[in-house]
Amino acid sequence: MSFTNLMLTVLVIGALYFIAGQRAAFVFRSNGAGKLHSLPHYHGVWAAITSVLPALIVLLILLIGKDLLFQLMARDYFPEEILMGDTVDRAIALAKISNVVNGINFGEVEPWVQSAGDAWIRWEANAIIVANSLVLATSLVGGLLGYRRINPTFRSRNNVERVLTWMLIGSSLVAIVTTIGIVLSVLFESIRFFKLIPPQDFLFGLEWNPQFEGAERAGSGGGTATYGMIPMFVGTFLISVIALTVAVPIGLFSAIYLAEYATPRIRGIVKPLLEILAGVPTVVYGFFAALTVAPVVKSIGESIGLEVASESALAAGLVMGVMIIPFISSLSDDVINAVPQSLRDAAYGLGSTRSEAVRQVVLPAALPGIVAAVILAVSRAVGETMIVVMAAGLAANLSFNPLDAVTTVTSQIVTILVGDQEFESAKTLSAFALALMLIITTLALNYFALQIVKKYREQYD
Amino acid sequence: MEMVMSESMVENTSQVEGRAIPEQTIGDIHVDNPRMTARHVDVFYGDKQAIDNISLDIGVSQVISFIGPSGCGKSTFLRCLNRMNDTIDICQVGGEIKIDEQNIYDPMIDVVSLRARVGMVFQKPNPFPKSIFDNIAYGPRIHGLAASKVELDQIVESSLQRAGLWEEVKDRLDQPGTGLSGGQQQRLCIARAIAVSPEVILMDEPCSALDPIATAKVEELIHELREQYTIVIVTHSMQQAARVSDRTAYFHLGRLVEVGDTKQVFTNPKHELTQDYITGRFG
Repeated sequence: MSFTNLMLTVLVIGALYFIAGQRAAFVFRSNGAGKLHSLPHYHGVWAAITSVLPALIVLLILLIGKDLLFQLMARDYFPEEILMGDTVDRAIALAKISNVVNGINFGEVEPWVQSAGDAWIRWEANAIIVANSLVLATSLVGGLLGYRRINPTFRSRNNVERVLTWMLIGSSLVAIVTTIGIVLSVLFESIRFFKLIPPQDFLFGLEWNPQFEGAERAGSGGGTATYGMIPMFVGTFLISVIALTVAVPIGLFSAIYLAEYATPRIRGIVKPLLEILAGVPTVVYGFFAALTVAPVVKSIGESIGLEVASESALAAGLVMGVMIIPFISSLSDDVINAVPQSLRDAAYGLGSTRSEAVRQVVLPAALPGIVAAVILAVSRAVGETMIVVMAAGLAANLSFNPLDAVTTVTSQIVTILVGDQEFESAKTLSAFALALMLIITTLALNYFALQIVKKYREQYD
Repeated sequence: MEMVMSESMVENTSQVEGRAIPEQTIGDIHVDNPRMTARHVDVFYGDKQAIDNISLDIGVSQVISFIGPSGCGKSTFLRCLNRMNDTIDICQVGGEIKIDEQNIYDPMIDVVSLRARVGMVFQKPNPFPKSIFDNIAYGPRIHGLAASKVELDQIVESSLQRAGLWEEVKDRLDQPGTGLSGGQQQRLCIARAIAVSPEVILMDEPCSALDPIATAKVEELIHELREQYTIVIVTHSMQQAARVSDRTAYFHLGRLVEVGDTKQVFTNPKHELTQDYITGRFG
C-alpha cells in the first residue's frame, strides 16, 4: 500500500470510528441512560482522535527511525578499513549504497556495496509491509480502546478540548524549536570558525579578504586571507541608514495621509497600490537599482563633479528604501487607525486643526506601533540581500561614503556559500560567523527599540 | 420621509399611540439674553433625517438640558452647536445657528476658533494619554493663550481648581491623566475644556460612565460653573436634568417637542409625550 493510500485508509478508519462513537452516544441517549455528559458528536470526535492520532505518531516514528535503523544494519556489510575510518568515509559508503538503492550507477560498483544495496532494497520492501500493518493495527486498536470508554458519564468534551490544546501547543513549539535549531546550528559552525581564526581578528578586523584562503593553503602566495567583519557591518549600516532615510518619512507621511486625510474611496485605491510594492520580488528591485538608479546616481554625481562608483551604496539604499516603504506605511496606517476616535474627538472639540490633532494626539498615541513598524523595516533592510548583491557591488571597502561601492553581511554570505565549497575551510565557516553576528545585531536592535517604546509609550487604555 | 417617520414613531412609542408630535414646539423657545440661537435646523445623515426643523435659544449663564428617548436627535443637535458633525462626511446641516449674532456655519467662520468658544465634554472620559498637566495645557498651547510658562501654570492650576480636581492631583501633575479614576478623568476633561475659557460648554451625557458618587461631584461642578459659562447638557437621567438645569428641552424623533423652565417641564408638562417620558412610561 502506498503512503497516500495508507493515510487515506487511516482517515477512513477515523471517520468510521467517528460515526460509531456518535451512534453509541445516541443509543445511550435513546435508552434513557440519563443526561450525557458530552454531546454525541464529541464522543464521535473522541473515538476518531483515539484512532487517527496514535496511528500518525507510529507512522512518524517509523519514517524517521527506518533510515537510522538501516544505516546501522548496513554496517555489517562495510569492509574493515571503512569501519576503522572516520565519519566522512562512512558517509561516503552510505552514499554509495544509496546510489545502488536508487539505481544510480557510476561505473564499477564494489561487490560489498552491491550486496548492501540489495539487502537495503529487501529491508525497504519488508519495512513497507511492517509499517502498513503496524499503522493500521494501531488505528484500529486505538480507536477501539477509545470507543469502549464511551459511556453516558464519560467526559469526552473535556478530553477533546485537551487534545486540541496540545495540538495548538505543538504547533507553536514547532516554530520555537526551529528557531532554536537555526541559532544552534549557526552557533556550532561559528565555534568551529573561531577555532581557526581568533575572535578578536574577526570582530575588530578592518579587512575582509577570504578569497586568498585557497591560494594560502596551496602555498602559491598572492596574499593573506583576512577575516575582519567591520567593513561589511559598516556597509550594512550605511545602506540601511540610506534606506531608512528614504522609507521612514515617506512611509509615515503616506500612512498619516491614508489614515487621517484620505476619503474612504481614495484610501481604497491607494492602500492596495502601496501594498503591491511589497509584493514585488526583491530581485526585480535589484534590476531596477543596478540598471536604472545606479547609472542615474552616477551621472548626476559626475555632473556636479563627484566621483561615483558605478555600483554605489546610494543606489542600493535608495531602492531598498522604496522597497520597505509599504512595510512602514501599511503597519503605521493600521496602528494610527487603532487610536480611539474619542481621542480625536477630544482634540477637535478643543479646537485643534487636523495637523495639530495628528501631531500632538494621534501620533504620540500610535508611537509604539510606529516604532514596531520601523523595527520591522530595519530587520528587512539589514537582512535584504538581492538588491545589494546586484546594485552595491561586492567590494568590501571600509567606507562611510555613500558614493562608494560597499558590501553587506548578507551579500558576503551569499558569495561565500554560492557554488562549490569545502566545509572545513575558514572561508566557508566565516559565513556562519557572519550570520551569527547578524542575528545578534538584529536581536540587540529589537531589544533596545522595545525598551525605548516602553519608556515613551502613551497608553490610551 | 414623512411616512417613514410616522411608521417608526408608532413602533417606538406603542404606549402612546395616537399622540402626534406637535408641528410647533410647545413652550417658549426664546430667552431674554441668548448666547446661541438655532433656527429651523435640519440634519441629514445621508438620506436619513436626524433633526427636523428645530429652533431654540440658549441663554447666557444658563444650564439647559436636552432629554428624550434614545435616537431622538438630542446628541446630534448638541454636536451641531460646535460643528463636531463636520467630522462625519455624510452629515449635512441646514438652517441657521448663531453664536453672539454670528452664523457658525458661515463659510468665513473658522471652526477652530468656534470650538475654542464652544467647548465639549464627551460621554466617555477621554483624557489624552499624556500627563495631567499636559492634558490641561493642551488647549491653551494650541490657541496661544499663555505667554509664558508661569502663565500656563496659572491657567492649569485655576482650571483644575474650578473643576474641583486641584487638591486631588496637585502633587502628581506629571502622572498620566489616564491613571485617574473614571470620575476624576471626567473632571479632568471638564478642566481641559475650561482651560481655553469657552463661552459655552457642551456636555454629552457626561455622567453616563460614572458611579453615583462621581456623578454627584460632576453635578456639583456644573452648579458652580453655571455662574461663568453657558452649559448645554444631554442626559438620560431625568433626576439629573431636574437637579442641574434651568431649562429643559424634550426631543422626540428628531423634533423638539417641548421646552420650558425645568420646574415647569417636570411638574406640569404641557404635551402628553413629555409627560409620558418624564413619568417613565417609555424611553
